[in-house]
Amino acid sequence: MEIFLQQLINGLTLGSIYGLIAIGYTMVFGIIGMVNFAHGDVFMVSAFIAMIFFLLLTTVFGITSIFLTLIIVLVIAMVLTSLLSWTIERVAYRPLRGSFRLAPLISAIGMSIVLSNFIQVAQGPRNKPLPPMLSGTVTLMEKNGFAATISYKQIMIWVVTAVLLAAFWYVVQKTPLGRAQRACEQDRKMAALLGVNVDRTISLTFVMGAALAAVAGTLYLSYYGVVNFSDGFTPGVKAFTAAVLGGIGSLPGAVLGGLLIGLIETFWSGYFSIDYKDVAAFSILAIVLIFMPQGILGRPEVEKV
Amino acid sequence: MTSDATVTKHGPDIPAAVKDAVLAGVIALGIFGPLVGLKTEQNMSNELVITTRWGLVAVIVGIVMAGRFLLTTFIWPTIAVRKQRDKAPPSAGRLAFLASFKKWFPSGSLVFLFLYPAIVVYLLGFQGSLKWVDNFGIQILIYVMLGWGLNIVVGLAGLLDLGYVAFYAVGAYSYALLATHFGLSFWLLLPMAGILAALWGIMLGFPVLRLRGDYLAIVTLAFGEIIRLVLINFRELTNGSAGISSIPKITFFGIWSFDVSAPNNFAKVWGLAMSSAYYKIFLYYLILLLALLTAFVTLRLRKLPIGRAWEALREDEIACRSLGINTTNTKLTAFALGAMFGGFAGSFFAARQGFVSPESFVFMESAVIVAIVVLGGMGSMIGVALAAVAMIGGTELLRELSFLKAVFGDNFDPDQFRMLFFGLAMVLIMIWRPRGFVSAREPTVFLTERKAISGSLVKEGHG
Repeated sequence: MEIFLQQLINGLTLGSIYGLIAIGYTMVFGIIGMVNFAHGDVFMVSAFIAMIFFLLLTTVFGITSIFLTLIIVLVIAMVLTSLLSWTIERVAYRPLRGSFRLAPLISAIGMSIVLSNFIQVAQGPRNKPLPPMLSGTVTLMEKNGFAATISYKQIMIWVVTAVLLAAFWYVVQKTPLGRAQRACEQDRKMAALLGVNVDRTISLTFVMGAALAAVAGTLYLSYYGVVNFSDGFTPGVKAFTAAVLGGIGSLPGAVLGGLLIGLIETFWSGYFSIDYKDVAAFSILAIVLIFMPQGILGRPEVEKV
Repeated sequence: MTSDATVTKHGPDIPAAVKDAVLAGVIALGIFGPLVGLKTEQNMSNELVITTRWGLVAVIVGIVMAGRFLLTTFIWPTIAVRKQRDKAPPSAGRLAFLASFKKWFPSGSLVFLFLYPAIVVYLLGFQGSLKWVDNFGIQILIYVMLGWGLNIVVGLAGLLDLGYVAFYAVGAYSYALLATHFGLSFWLLLPMAGILAALWGIMLGFPVLRLRGDYLAIVTLAFGEIIRLVLINFRELTNGSAGISSIPKITFFGIWSFDVSAPNNFAKVWGLAMSSAYYKIFLYYLILLLALLTAFVTLRLRKLPIGRAWEALREDEIACRSLGINTTNTKLTAFALGAMFGGFAGSFFAARQGFVSPESFVFMESAVIVAIVVLGGMGSMIGVALAAVAMIGGTELLRELSFLKAVFGDNFDPDQFRMLFFGLAMVLIMIWRPRGFVSAREPTVFLTERKAISGSLVKEGHG
């Protein structure tokens, strides 16, 4: 029971991070029908930005309050990552819109290679460990020497995820911006005829996805305390799996899928084999795509001639 | 950004271009400032410390601003003017030149490829030729062969496969395991590796028959990663990430060996000085012949009903099905044949390296091969070969730029920029030519004359 509870807590934490990244995939796929392959690497870059500013604030400016630091780091990472994603869309994807259908995918794979290698060149290939922060825990249950605990970090991750998802939900559902975004998702041509600036809306979709990826990157960094230039690929593919599992194009689906993938991964490593946890994630991706490509909350795709 | 039309009418709008360049500079500062300017390094006590490099940031921002300014004032207007001019049909002389170029280029390059080792040895001697035959010749030809193999799946049948490296791995591990455990010869294991890879191709192809487009790409990516992870974790068989070493060398059909200790060593038999160059040159011709076999089979298959079914499938799957083509068999044969050539290339790779580990079969390899096929122009053999030469040869050349050390200081290593430039080239070539180098569609059947059409005129379904 304690082990189960502990895995549940760890899985939900990991799942929130996957869910935040998955939203970026699902929104971009929903609006322009493209798998933004570089999104995982955008997430990795955001973790690096967070790492750099965390160091800058704590060692150079000497800010001691951990909450103040985290909030400043979060805001800076969101702004800079959004800027990066906006630029990538402008440079690498927009010229290819309406072109041959493989072109944006290849361009995105190229961009993913560029991002991870740029970080490797600029920041070096070694792991970047941060000093531990927020190290307290709360014990929930204890039996036979094994305790199920929630660390402050995990609580922080849940709170930040919940608050930002609520804010994001409000933007998409209640503001003109969100309405334009949903309109473009349903029918881009019609939205353009009705006066929605489609190019700007697509740019903003990339920006929103990147901002949430930056939140995920900052939380990932504070949870694991270490980041490496190659950390973008696997979380990226898992988040994409989450987006597909939840039903691509559906925002609640992405969060649900993220939580499920996080839970499956931790339970798999807890009860079966830690070596094969990535195999489990990839197998789920294959199985879901083959047997229920519309996902849990998605609409089935209708084939038109 | 001003539209192209106004620029060509009124000439470059300098103040707007300056404003645009400054904006680009601000964005570049935001992106590169922290990531380049603040480098984090571990000190002696394993703590991260920040070192600043503002000079480098200033240079990068300057380059971005200048580049953006040139783009808006000079390059885009020129391209727009040229586009207008090129709308006129090309002259008869240009057409004749293109036709003759098309005729002699394949045979000409073939002759060059066969003479290449001789030319290099003549120019640089046996020891000097090693690098050029091995790093450039063999390395590029492996990718040409992989590109041609994947071309069957992606280029002809239109099935985007992002896990092709899995079949390469199956081929490599088949040779490595069977040769080290049972001592079987390369010439026996080469067809076996191909058959095993083809079986895997069918096994992995079967579940994805219903998928199309991006979903197919992602599932094949997942399969590729699963195979790599199993290779890492199934330590009893594959020795995990440590890999398999001392894989036997290929012999010249059992007549001559290239092992130094063997009595029938090639150099000993012919009374030559010992050199590893003979083996490299032998490997060069072997991979050249294997690649040509791939090309030959593909070219012949394109003329058979199955090849035409592949191309029909690529252009429109629904039309294909309504005309009574069995899409299941069509897709599976494409997967199996593509995988088979991947398996051949894999066993060659294992024999050439003498060592295989899961490190060689990461997703990046698949991405590189897909990039070669798409950049070359899907379905075009010449285009794929050119793309392999440009991308692999170009990035290999970066290893040779050691004179840059004199410019940028001693700890400047051009090699680390290899993949960075590779990725940038992928993006730029896609923007420049979204359909690749050679995008014309050539019919395999025609009435009186062969009329190639531009690739942008075909729909390219969602296969």
